Parts: sequence; structure tokens; C-alpha cells
Amino acid sequence: MSRKLLAASGIAVYAFLYLPLVVVIAYSFNNSKLNAEWVGFTWHWYRVLLSDDIMLKAAGNSLLIALTASLASTVLGTMAGYALYRYKLKLLPVLVMAPLAIPEILVGVSLLIFFVAINLTLGLLSIMLSHIAFCVGFVAIVVRSRLSGMDESLPEAARDLGATPFQAFRLVTLPLIAPGIIAGALLAFTLSIDDFVITFFTAGVGASTLPLQIYSMIKIAVTPEVNAISTLLMLLTLFLIVVASRLSPDSIRGR
Amino acid sequence: MALLEIRNIVRRFGDFTAVDGVSMDIEAGEFFTLLGPSGCGKTTLLRMIAGFDSPQSGEMLLDGRDLASIAPEKRPIHTVFQSYALFPHMTVAENIAFPLRMRKMGKAEIGEKVRQSLEDVRLADRGGRYPGELSGGQRQRVALARALVNRPRLLLLDEPLAALDMKLREQMQLELINLQKEVGITFIYVTHDQTEALALSHRIAVMNGGKVEQLDEPSKIYDSPKNRFVADFIGTCNLIDAEVSVVGEEKMVLQIGGLGEVAAKNPGTTCGAKGILALRPEKVRIAAQLVPGSDENHFKGRVHDFLYMGDVTVYIVEVGEGVHIEALLPNSAAGRPRILAVGDPVEISWRYDAGTFLDG
Repeated sequence: MSRKLLAASGIAVYAFLYLPLVVVIAYSFNNSKLNAEWVGFTWHWYRVLLSDDIMLKAAGNSLLIALTASLASTVLGTMAGYALYRYKLKLLPVLVMAPLAIPEILVGVSLLIFFVAINLTLGLLSIMLSHIAFCVGFVAIVVRSRLSGMDESLPEAARDLGATPFQAFRLVTLPLIAPGIIAGALLAFTLSIDDFVITFFTAGVGASTLPLQIYSMIKIAVTPEVNAISTLLMLLTLFLIVVASRLSPDSIRGR
Repeated sequence: MALLEIRNIVRRFGDFTAVDGVSMDIEAGEFFTLLGPSGCGKTTLLRMIAGFDSPQSGEMLLDGRDLASIAPEKRPIHTVFQSYALFPHMTVAENIAFPLRMRKMGKAEIGEKVRQSLEDVRLADRGGRYPGELSGGQRQRVALARALVNRPRLLLLDEPLAALDMKLREQMQLELINLQKEVGITFIYVTHDQTEALALSHRIAVMNGGKVEQLDEPSKIYDSPKNRFVADFIGTCNLIDAEVSVVGEEKMVLQIGGLGEVAAKNPGTTCGAKGILALRPEKVRIAAQLVPGSDENHFKGRVHDFLYMGDVTVYIVEVGEGVHIEALLPNSAAGRPRILAVGDPVEISWRYDAGTFLDG
């Protein structure tokens, strides 16, 4: 009895989480302008999407921002993660981790104020900088967790056997934490590509990203075109998360 | 000139002094052991020799050259780590090739040396394997091969046998002795296992609380411990409170509470000095009846307790009033697991020079 109850409540939770996503995906293939009833299967909305210049521009922006932000935050985050592991400083973890805990809206507002204060024109650059800022902490956590799983005597052994500090890092530490770094990069990419709140505050008028574009479209109506782009975005994010968790299961699952 | 001269090395971590003014000379070709309980500073000292840590004061000279300014990778010193620290992403052959690569040796020469080295440790067919695929003993041999392939001046070994089971450990001890003899490289070996230290070393430095308690050959350490700590730490030892009552030229008389007078060797102490008599159980003769007069010290008592160890039985004999002395009896007689039972009257005796009187 209790087993059945457990199974039923489990199914209910998953249904609550995933049914809306299934509906979004299903209606992206619906041969109707309305998300109301199933009419028939079509690729139409994907074709509309591919000829929508504004949407494509936003998608291009999103990809460019996500690539730049994940690349830069991976380099910085790896360095931060290494510093967290190597030097047991008290303030450093707070500085690195705080942005993860601070409400996004606060980060967004403060970045906006900061950019205005330094006279930086809002646009692609300000979005990129903001994304780098909030991704660094995530990469640092993943990299540090990978490092703390490594036998500390390994880099020492490399030094002992004649490697310079740089060689020891490149030949021993780096290959061993590479899965963590790649997982961190993928995580940063997915965080960046679907970020809305911080982007909303730092985008200004000129530049738009996919989430911003989708938001502005649904202000008018939820068209199946939105469903289609949402489906594509979801697939990309899902794919990256799966790859990331394969590479570094422990750190992603927070063990 | 000694190969490695260590002069007044001090290393503090906050309030804790890990190494407290240690000095020693290590000769070329020696199998030298740092022995002590955990936290005695032996590993810290080893790490400073390797260059992973540096002392607050004091100096270390290798072949007369000050090590302080030499980075770990430039020191002709290699380490075998307790965890072996084999690079998990490299094959066995790549692991052994690593120190050669760092020296920018040619590919062909590296190949030849690695092949030879694998043969030396009887792992010729394992070169392509990863460390994770090897047994504990094999990993140990790879770690040794990797640390020796460059022929360092000095090899440091940090409890390298601690992770192995007892049978394998004994076998590896013999291999280590032979290997050291063969390659002629100076070994500095760190362990907390006193039997291992006694079995392997040419000389042992017994460390405690960051200081060297005694530095000597294994037999001297065992037979003539310098103080209570060494006597207690190395092997088992009867430690009996005693006071010097008569001092002769070579012999002296000790007064032991509850037992009476005991003859002992005079280490050059004065009348009235208080200390302990350190007496090894195997130097105490024990039997139901002993021929009187063969040993200077002869007492009657009762078996208080015993421990059957297989090869020997340890008897705890109560002599006099509440004085317990341990004595060893080999179980060499066939079909007799033990000769004496608890409560049996026994006699024990020992020569005047069987024990050591320790001041303080």
C-alpha cells in the first residue's frame, strides 16, 4: 500500500515537472496557430522560425555570448577553483561563492548600476561581462571539487621527479582535472544561454538574446513559433547537462 | 664528508614545533631510517629534504651544497610516496619515463631505460597497463622503479610498505634490502614500525616530539636504549623504577622497591641516582627451577599471567611485592603449548649486564 502511494506520488511529481515541457514540445509540431487543441503534425513553425531574422539574430547573440562567457569564466573559474583548493584563505571562498547565493535580480540591478556608473554602453559587451561574472563561481566550485578528489602527492611527485611547477600543472594536475573543467564550461554555457533576469537588466535596447526575444513575443501571444524555439533551446541545454554530468558526475550531483 | 648533513633544522606550524633542532649526518650508501610515532616530525623532516617544505632555521647540505636555494625538481633526490603517487592517467611505462622526459633525454634512450627498469622490477609485461590495473605490490615496485630510474643521489621512502598486507610486507622488506645493496643509492626511510626499522636499516634515528632521541645501529638501539622513550618504543621492555645504592667499577647495585637489590652494569652514574632499569623479556631466563649462581640476579615468584604468541609465550611473573617482570620462553618443545600455568611457582634470573639503567 505505502509502496503504491510512494510510486503514485513520484509519478505525480515528475508529471508536474515534465508535463508542461511535453506540452510545449508537442504544440511546436501542431498545425494550428493556437496552443489549444491538437490539429495535426507539421514542421511549419520550425520553418517560420528559420526565416525569422529577429529571432535568428537573437539566437546568434545568445550563442556568441554563451561561448564567450563560458570560455572566459572557465579560464577564470579554473584559476579561482585552484586557488580555493591550494590556499586555504578565509575570505576567498566567500568572494567566489557569494554571487551564486545572491538573488539574481540583485545581481542584475547592481550590474546595471555599475555599468551606468562606469559609462559602459549597454549591449553585447555588458551582457558578456555580466554572464562571465556569475558563471565564474559555478566553474570554480566544479573545478575545486575535482581537485579535492585528487591525491595531493601527485603534483608533488611530479615536482620531485624533475618537473617545474608549470610542467607539474600541465602534465599532471591539468589532465586529471580536465573532466571537471569541461563540465564547468558546459555548465557555464547552459547557465549563460538561458539566463533571463541578469540579461534583462544589462542588455539595454540594442542587443537581444533568445530568452529576451521569447519573452517579448509572449507578451503578445504564445505562438507555436515560441514553442519551437523553446524546444530547440531545451534540447541544447539538456544535451549539455547530460554531457557535463557524464564527465564529472560527482561534482554536478554535488557529492 | 657525509652525503647529507642536517644542521639544527627547526620547522614550526603555528604554535606546534614539528621538527625541533634536528641534526644528523647521513653517509653515502647508507640505509638510514627515521623511526617514531605519528606526529614525531619524521615525515616533516623528509618533506624538507625533498624540498616540499622548508625549515624556519638550520641548514641541509647535500654533497656540501646548501639545499635551501635548490627547487625540489633540481634536487638529485627522489621520493617514494606512501600513496605511491603513480600518475593515474599514464601507463606504467609512461610513469617510469616521466623523470627521464623531464631531463630531456632522447626517445630511444628513454625507451631502453624504461625497458631495463621494468625488467629489474619484474614487470616487463605490464608496461602498457595503467596503475589502477595493478596490485598493491606491483604499484609499489613501479613507484620504486620510477624513483630510481634517474639514479638519484638520495632516495626518500615515506612509509612505502604501510599499505601492504603483512606477508607481502616481509617479502618487500627483503626486496628493498637487496635493491639498496644492488643500486648502492642512499636510502632515507621513514616508518613508525620498529620491526621494519630494525630489519632494514644500517642506522636508525628514533624521533619523538620533533627531536632525535637516539641515533645508532639497530642492535645498539635495541640493546642499549638511551632513555625511557626509546626503551619503551622499540620492542617490549620491562621498565622498573630503581635507585642506585652501591657503585662499583663495572657493576653497581640497584635498590628496587618491593624486590630488593639487583646487580646491574654501571653506565657511569652516581650513588643515589634514581631512574629505571630497562630489561628485555627475552634476556630474562625463566623455568620452574633454575640452577643457582649462573646469573647475578635470581628471584622466585609466581606466574601472574601469560600470552601465547605461537612461536613464544610471554610470561608475566610476579616477584617480590607487586613487581611484575615479563619473560619470554620459546615454544620449541614439541607437543607442549605452554610449560607453566597461572599461579605456578617459577624462578627467573638475568645477568647483571642484561638490562640498562636509565637516569631520570
